[in-house]
Amino acid sequence: MAKEMKPNEIIGSIDYNPPKTDWMSTPVQIKPGMFCWGAKAKSINTVGFPNARDWNPGEEDWKLPENWQGTVLEGIADRLKKYRSFRLFMDICVRCGACADKCHFYIGSGDPKNMPVLRAELMRSVYRRYFTTPGKMLGKLAGARDLDINVLKEWWYYFFQCTECRRCSVFCPYGIDTAEITIMGRELMNLLGLNIEWTMGPVAACYMKGNHLGLEPHTITSNIEFMLDDIETITGIKVNPSFNRKGAEILFVTPSGDLFADPGTYTCMGYLMLFHELGLDYTWSTYASEGGNFGFFTSNEMAKRLNSKIYAEAKRLGVKYIIGGECGHMWRVLNQYMDTWNGPADFLEVPKSPITGTVFENTKSTKMVHIVEFTADLIKNGKLKLDPSRNDHLKVTFHDSCNTARGMGFFEEPRFVAKAVCNNFYEMPEDTIREKTFCCGSGSGLNAGEDMDLRMRGGLPRANAVKFVRDKYGVNMLANICAIDRAALTTSMNYWVPGVGVTGVHELVANALVMKGEKPRTTDLRGEPLPNAGGESDV
Amino acid sequence: MRALLPFITVIVLVLLAIVGVEAANLQFLFGVVIPYAAAAIFLAGVIYKVVSWGRVPVPFRIPTTCGQQKTLPWIKQSRIENPTTSAGVITRMLLEVFLFRSLFRNLKTELREGPQLSYGSDKWLWLAGLSFHWTFLLILIRHLRFFTQNVPIPVQMLEHLDSFLQIGLPLLYITDVIFLAAVTFLLIRRFTIPQVKYISLAADYFPLFLILGIGVSGVLMRYFIKTDVVGVKELTMSLVSFSPAIPKDGPGTIFYVHLFLISALFAYFPFSKLVHMGGVFLSPTRNLANNSRMVRHVNPWNYPVKVHTYEEYENDFREKMKTAGIPVEKE
Amino acid sequence: MYNGGKIILGLAVFAGLVTFPFLYNIGQADRQPDLKLDTPVIRQMAVKHCVEPKAFMRAEHMQLLNDWRNEALRQGNREYVSSTGEKYNISLQNTCLHCHSNKKKFCDECHNYMAVHPYCFDCHLQPKENVQ
Repeated sequence: MAKEMKPNEIIGSIDYNPPKTDWMSTPVQIKPGMFCWGAKAKSINTVGFPNARDWNPGEEDWKLPENWQGTVLEGIADRLKKYRSFRLFMDICVRCGACADKCHFYIGSGDPKNMPVLRAELMRSVYRRYFTTPGKMLGKLAGARDLDINVLKEWWYYFFQCTECRRCSVFCPYGIDTAEITIMGRELMNLLGLNIEWTMGPVAACYMKGNHLGLEPHTITSNIEFMLDDIETITGIKVNPSFNRKGAEILFVTPSGDLFADPGTYTCMGYLMLFHELGLDYTWSTYASEGGNFGFFTSNEMAKRLNSKIYAEAKRLGVKYIIGGECGHMWRVLNQYMDTWNGPADFLEVPKSPITGTVFENTKSTKMVHIVEFTADLIKNGKLKLDPSRNDHLKVTFHDSCNTARGMGFFEEPRFVAKAVCNNFYEMPEDTIREKTFCCGSGSGLNAGEDMDLRMRGGLPRANAVKFVRDKYGVNMLANICAIDRAALTTSMNYWVPGVGVTGVHELVANALVMKGEKPRTTDLRGEPLPNAGGESDV
Repeated sequence: MRALLPFITVIVLVLLAIVGVEAANLQFLFGVVIPYAAAAIFLAGVIYKVVSWGRVPVPFRIPTTCGQQKTLPWIKQSRIENPTTSAGVITRMLLEVFLFRSLFRNLKTELREGPQLSYGSDKWLWLAGLSFHWTFLLILIRHLRFFTQNVPIPVQMLEHLDSFLQIGLPLLYITDVIFLAAVTFLLIRRFTIPQVKYISLAADYFPLFLILGIGVSGVLMRYFIKTDVVGVKELTMSLVSFSPAIPKDGPGTIFYVHLFLISALFAYFPFSKLVHMGGVFLSPTRNLANNSRMVRHVNPWNYPVKVHTYEEYENDFREKMKTAGIPVEKE
Repeated sequence: MYNGGKIILGLAVFAGLVTFPFLYNIGQADRQPDLKLDTPVIRQMAVKHCVEPKAFMRAEHMQLLNDWRNEALRQGNREYVSSTGEKYNISLQNTCLHCHSNKKKFCDECHNYMAVHPYCFDCHLQPKENVQ
């Protein structure tokens, strides 16, 4: 990549004035640092996608199949018949420009093709040329253009510079959602073997091994055992979770990122401690060991193939319902896709908290509860003994993940929980949170190492809002409910707002959770001394 | 170029009408044949377009949620911005269609020293867009006095209200002023805001010039180059009663220019971005309830896919699972 | 069609609105304005003429009346010189209505047809000039 641009270099390079040349006559430049490596033959073969070969997007020859244009055009025609969103969004944009400065990649790069409207026009121009009468007759005059290799490369470059965060669709007067167009664009790319390894690798791993990281069953248990040791060191309590256990009441599914690297592992320790304290009859699964779904960043079919494991495993184990961990796109998929793909889950029961008796009516079809909903209900009913002062060394703000925000509307639950377990909570500016939240900059499978320039540019708006509350209130911890956030924002904070840490909400919960029979805590889950170190809990 | 050609096209349309009427005496063509054809294309074209969208399924329930979801009973749901009921969805759609709710959120992003990104409220586009669409609608309704024998009372009341300032004679319509100002604003912003200029296509300038032409010719006809309105109404009434006839001392050329531009707009409508009029109602990110965890949404083309079953998985990892103490199906 | 019921309902409303002018007039008599010029004064005119040519009066009479109102009441000028050089007394009652004494069959014919409601007679309903 372009050698590690410094923050001030990125800021200096942002110019919102579009180039002199018309966008259709400005050929795409595939810039290092702004793209991810091409998917490897091995990954593509694992899931049986077409045109498996090793290729490098930086090279001239992309090793495309014969008649790739025909394949793409057939692919478009097919999808125009399947997705009303796609067909409609090709037809009705008026190019008012309301979406233009809403995209984090545009804000951070100034590249006009990162304006949502132009990203979509990349596709619309081809749609007009081959699928509308004015486009066929008038060509460029009607905003139409031929599908050639440069257009294809432009598609690839810019559809992998969109994180499907849907912020544009909040502002669009017709609700045009660029995510829908990016999803179609990426499906078409797949027909030619043009995916990126950072999503295809995890997809292949998840398909074969049950999770994106490719953790095999014994690795999962041993990773969790490491956490159990840490929990015992900190609390003196031996937690004893079960795996693939038939007859458990609840199946718990979380993104595998939580099993692998901090700060996600601290969140995972939070789940383990909470469930232990509740005495919950639950089990982990090594087969359905992934809540997230990188298939969703590939094609709907692939997403469905990966997602199928959750219900299949719930059925095999005979559980009553499912609880899902903290993750962003996982919950968009669970909320808006899972039941349609792989339902109906008529072999499960409507989730009912064994602790409070609350029936989660809002999940009566999918039978899957968000852990933050579950915990919020516990706290509201006074079922948890909490000592929020254990989080007093933290000044916390909350980042709404794009998918839970705009694909679900998950705003109050995490705030309620965070405020219950932390004494210092501050909101970022209102235009950067809730439905107007900014993407971390690395979502939808783009959090690779080779596209760091892209990620830091995309992460700028979120980071800048964090900087605002850091400077104003001394905020030093960014809470969220997303595994990609925990990984990506850590990098982004180090880059843009050093000194701000990143945490899952359940790490904060576990810090504050006063467990039965625990020893006096001296450190938090990260092993850092507590503010009133050695002191008694004062609840 | 993207703006020039549409501008020239509109000028040519104006000249066509002038020459056609003044030099070639094609009053019947411009006053009867073309308006009928345009109305038919408009009606059939829009219906065709909407039906073509309707024939495509909505495989997934994908509302863009802009407020708190329905969840635990003590958390207040945002019933309109994140609806779970038909009433909520209908309200959301009404706000969208009549008040441009989403556009009202518009912000202007600025990168300042610091660096500091700031987001300022920016309602001008919303205001101009809303003014333009509403005045266009009111003007259309007002024009019903040319198309109805006994002009309906609401139309007469609208006309009274619209001219209540009693400026000049014929009385100045407030909608005329707002309409022209809004269209002009929408046009000027396409030239002056660099990003908007960059994304604008000929297909964005053409309807603006055309609509501006319609507005200007209408205003000229009412206030400046006056024509015999009784003659206009005799013609329009003959059209709507399917007994088309050009009155003896019929309306002046300016009327035919106005009518021809309107015909052009109507005929162009179904083939252009203007179909957003119908499209907004069908937008799946707005017209669906966010209830997919409560009620299963069915995808009509859902098909079975190849999956990696638990059995295959256990076959791959049985020994490792046993070693790790994980229960297996087959020992 | 998917969600066909709602879409067809929407299209029916749309088609109803578009064709409203055609439907509304079904069965309504085609009544064109029928101006009468046979008032006593006009009948006696050798050359029947108005203050300005007919075509001008058809399109511009409201403007002329507005100008007259302004001249007479705001400038105090009661003399109008026409395009042919003839002088007229600026007065709705004494000039216009002197010949066109049949408001119902003259003014109202077109105004009703066009659904316009001039406010001339808001003030002129019982004009003093009428008494002479």
